[in-house]
Amino acid sequence: MRRSPLLVGLLIVYPIVLSLLIGFALSRGPEKPKVAFLNFVPPGAGEVELGNESIDVASYSKQLFEAIDPVRVECAGVSERDCERKAIDEVREGNVLAALVIPEDVVDRLQSAQNLGAGDPPTVRVYYNAEDPAKRRYVESTIESRLQDANTELTKKFTEVALSYLGLIVTGGSFDVPILGGTIDILGLERSEQILQGVQRRLPRGSPDRAQLERVIRFAELARENLDLSDDVLATLGDPVRVETEVVKGGTESLSSFAVAFAVAISLMFVTVLLAAGTLALEREENAFLRLVRGLVSRTGLLTEKAVLAAICSLVVALLMLAGLGLFVDLQWSRFPSWLLGLVAGSLGFAALGLAIGAVAREVRAASLLAFMLSLPIAFLALVPSGSVAGPLYEAIRVVSALFPFKPTLDALDAAFNDSGDMLGPVLHLAALTLGFGALARLGLRRFG
Amino acid sequence: MLVADGLTKRYGERAALSDVSLSARAGELVAVIGPNGAGKTTLLSILAGIQAADSGSLSRAPDEFGWVPQQTALYAKLTVAENLRLFARLERRDDVEQAVGRMLEQTGLRERADDQVGTLSGGNRQRVNIAIGLLADPTVLLLDEPSAALDPRQRERLWEFIGSLAESGTTVVYSTHVVQEAERYAHQVIVLADGERLFAGPPSEFERLVGASELDFEAAFVSFLHQHGH
Repeated sequence: MRRSPLLVGLLIVYPIVLSLLIGFALSRGPEKPKVAFLNFVPPGAGEVELGNESIDVASYSKQLFEAIDPVRVECAGVSERDCERKAIDEVREGNVLAALVIPEDVVDRLQSAQNLGAGDPPTVRVYYNAEDPAKRRYVESTIESRLQDANTELTKKFTEVALSYLGLIVTGGSFDVPILGGTIDILGLERSEQILQGVQRRLPRGSPDRAQLERVIRFAELARENLDLSDDVLATLGDPVRVETEVVKGGTESLSSFAVAFAVAISLMFVTVLLAAGTLALEREENAFLRLVRGLVSRTGLLTEKAVLAAICSLVVALLMLAGLGLFVDLQWSRFPSWLLGLVAGSLGFAALGLAIGAVAREVRAASLLAFMLSLPIAFLALVPSGSVAGPLYEAIRVVSALFPFKPTLDALDAAFNDSGDMLGPVLHLAALTLGFGALARLGLRRFG
Repeated sequence: MLVADGLTKRYGERAALSDVSLSARAGELVAVIGPNGAGKTTLLSILAGIQAADSGSLSRAPDEFGWVPQQTALYAKLTVAENLRLFARLERRDDVEQAVGRMLEQTGLRERADDQVGTLSGGNRQRVNIAIGLLADPTVLLLDEPSAALDPRQRERLWEFIGSLAESGTTVVYSTHVVQEAERYAHQVIVLADGERLFAGPPSEFERLVGASELDFEAAFVSFLHQHGH
């Protein structure tokens, strides 16, 4: 500790700051994109008449507003065209990420479409700022998915109304007609069929009208039965395709739970690898190595002590981080023994890797640089999902990931924190890597003298 | 009495030491001199037990030697006392504080005990370096180029300190490429070149052999090496 109070301070501050950052990131949703929203539909004109029902189209835009941060464009005293230009300028200048324009005629066109009228379908216009491709993609997907949601909800509503009319045609009943100031009685196919059957029974047996009536009764029967079936057909319009999901590989834990395992694994890796590599290289840099191994401590003993020291330090850092993350994410503290097993196995694996790096690099700066250069790609490779790259490349990535302790540590911690799979496999894998890298470090010490 | 007999060390085809022998009495100052690559550090490393000789024998076990490497082997961020305390613990001294106090007195660094080693002058760092080599009360102290990188005043003080160690009965074997340090301070000089021992004996005898009365000691030494084909 006296050798570097700054390092000790960093070791304490690091997990606290990191856990706060990750905790806030996990507990807060992504920032809503700022979108200029122009609605040219006059107030009170947002309703579509469907039969004797009126549907407020505006109420279906609610989901959209939950997903964006709508920015009002000041359009007092300017034409719609100029107002739209102002919104586009806002996008161009980067004040908003997109502009969503609802034209004045959108409700009329929707009404026209419902009445099977001719003309273009209702359309909204969206303008994007593509300066930042990531943000653009985010805004695009947000607006498109929310508009799709609104479309689906609207379709469901229209289908409901259509289905109620079909029901009226089949079974009959009363129908409000506000324009006439009252209700009209609809006979319905069922009752029509019953009336016709009564009339048929009263006709003489040889009457030619009886055969004609029989045809009408058959038609009424067929129409009733098939319209009954069409209820189901129409009902599928709102949700034409339903999605049923089943996880066939991996856990079912939430993204935030996996993020905790990832955050702890990556912190464990950096702290342990850097400490182990740095402290071993420092012994040579300060020329103390030969003095130490000249009977005071064996080379293997020195490596073991360095590994255990680095592992203990990183273990403390990881536990502090978990305590911090526990303020934001629901952690299963009852699984603490499993956590400890995963953390100890992981930290020893990383410590052995750090020692091998320190033994090869032999200088603190070179060791630190090598540790960073090696750790980042290893972490990146461990996160490449299957199916995202070509098969042989993925197999190569799997092999490389398996040669370093990050992937098995991530698997072990994920299993420990989230009870999401086998823990013994990753722990044994880490034990093998610890021995392997330890042996490499021991070989590397031959060049230390 | 230290006796090393027929020490040989090879690195592949190259012989770093060829059948080198030496003997030293208690309290004797032995200088090992020779040009770069002569085998001085290899000889001291074998005596210290850092390297094993391919052949030859030693009368004493490595743990009876105190070893002081050429470059100061200290933790720069620790104080003088902390460095001494750490190595005293590693040496498993019974009374660590007593050993630290004795070394601080012996090196004259009591006043600087709480100073970080990194802030000390080269001469004082070398004193701490030697003090750590003495923590185990060795009967033989091995010093590898102890005066390298010291200014003349620091060098003078260092040799006074080493002289006092020899007077107290410690055998001191040191390597140097500054031949005057052998002439002035050593009781016995061992000349190495390309791993071979060319001479072993008192400095006065070496002076007579190389004719140092006609040339200065260094020039006579170089001439001696030439005569022996080095």
